[in-house]
Amino acid sequence: MTSVLLVAERDEQGEISQATLQAVAAANGLADAQVTIAIAGDAPSSADSLNAEKVVTLSAIDASDLGIYEQATADVAVLVATTNPDVVMFNKSDFGSIVGARLAFRTDSAFAADCIEISNANGAVSVTRPVYGGSALAEFDIVSIPAIVTLRAGAYEPSAESGSPSVEAADSAASVDQKAQVTDTVAEARDGVRLEDANFVVSGGRGLGGPEPFSVLTDLANVLGGAVGASRAACDAGWIDHSHQVGLTGKSVSPDVYIAVGISGASQHMAGCSSSRAIVAINKDGDSNIFKEARFGVVGDWEKILPSFLATVRELKA
Amino acid sequence: MTVRIVVLAKQVPDPETPPSQFKIDESSNTVILPNGVPPVVNGFDLNAVEAALLLRDSGADVEITVLSVGSDFVMDAMKKPLAMGADRLVLVEDEGLDKLDSSATVKVLAAAIQKDGPFDLVLGGRQASDWDQAHVTLGLSEVLGLPLVSLVQKLELNGDSVSLQRVIPDGYQAITSPIPAVLTVTNELGEPRYPNLRGIMQASRKKPEIFSLADLGLSADDLAPKLELKKLYVPESNKQVELIEGEDEADSGKKLALRLREEKLI
Repeated sequence: MTSVLLVAERDEQGEISQATLQAVAAANGLADAQVTIAIAGDAPSSADSLNAEKVVTLSAIDASDLGIYEQATADVAVLVATTNPDVVMFNKSDFGSIVGARLAFRTDSAFAADCIEISNANGAVSVTRPVYGGSALAEFDIVSIPAIVTLRAGAYEPSAESGSPSVEAADSAASVDQKAQVTDTVAEARDGVRLEDANFVVSGGRGLGGPEPFSVLTDLANVLGGAVGASRAACDAGWIDHSHQVGLTGKSVSPDVYIAVGISGASQHMAGCSSSRAIVAINKDGDSNIFKEARFGVVGDWEKILPSFLATVRELKA
Repeated sequence: MTVRIVVLAKQVPDPETPPSQFKIDESSNTVILPNGVPPVVNGFDLNAVEAALLLRDSGADVEITVLSVGSDFVMDAMKKPLAMGADRLVLVEDEGLDKLDSSATVKVLAAAIQKDGPFDLVLGGRQASDWDQAHVTLGLSEVLGLPLVSLVQKLELNGDSVSLQRVIPDGYQAITSPIPAVLTVTNELGEPRYPNLRGIMQASRKKPEIFSLADLGLSADDLAPKLELKKLYVPESNKQVELIEGEDEADSGKKLALRLREEKLI
């Protein structure tokens, strides 16, 4: 038997998130798996039909602890100490990355972040994870128990199977001494559609040469009803705010069409957009990596290509 | 009173290496560095160096120590934080220390920090550009028993606490933490400064302080891996791009739009 403790997360409606449903599939895909799902706060309505043996609720996350997660880390550590799971699984999210890492080092356990595959074919747990910004893949055997992992969103299809787990509250909330405190949350204004939700993303990179061209990209995004993205180089240069950054250290997007203008296509950037349905590359360097990742491409000067592209899109949309 | 800051820095292959030159020796599961491309200090760690220097710029009395664990250090690369303005470079250098898993790395860093400390702030980059794990600094907070705040884009010292801005997807959180504390710094902080000539001259005269494992009271037995690398490889891409070519670039733009419509993509 392989016992798996899966620490779930919620979507904006408070229900189990899609990423967690993917993790449920990954957990049940392990040989001879017995899955317990833990979730902070009251059980969501779908809890009693999740594909698991048991659902355990933990203390709700206090607003002053959001992003620090002292309480969640302590609660999961108690659950791990009392149930001795073979695998503890998180989503590779802000929550999972922090709680997973803290738990692993608090309990001197193995930790593998951002896995795209997990298996236990030969008794030991093995994982595959992208490394070097996505330029390579690494396969590891995890040689100590428990194996604590975070799973990249999109790596598995969400679990469609349902079960009838028992739902219970964890015995007691661990007491914590929360030192760092969130005192305020400041939302920055955003125009139009959220980058992560957009069906069209028009992104610009170093090849744009400055901040002004982003107005053309914004026009195109508006006509398509999409959002504007950017490479890290463009953000770090101050041409556009970092909230637009797509990539390994920025946002992950999966639009129908991702239009990359003046972006060379470094692995670190592609890590944030490679699950797009179609990537369209416009770049003057025909040898750049973006053309190896794109479905459609134009080699040339974006200043000459984009205006006619935008005009034609406008006509088609009219 | 001087605020002692330690910044964690890792030597990595230059992440600007074009993907076409990125090669792996699959027999040894290691990256083959292209000829003439020297390693660099992980760029995110330079953000953390910059954060420490900004505290000094704001008038705080700080001493900035840069700490790294590895083997085969390239001094030209590792001295960059000194050239930017850091005060000291401490290297834990021993055979095999470039191949530790993260749990062993954290053990070595914690031992070095305990030996060379106490420090008021431990700063790390948000992740390293080689293994992209983003958890060594987080784990260190647990081993050292200190408060942790990740993804910091702004920091301010107020006596025995720090006021921080932590990046979230659509804005930031304001966070206050007592010090000592462990922080990871994100690139939203701003570009690390370029070393000036004076900084480069000063750095060239500074000698790193070097610890061996034995100096830290550790042996190879303490550093047994929890993860074993089985295979490292470049995934094959089977994508085939369809290049759109018009009579001129403007015509290509038009044809691209028509082609996307034909595919019902727009």
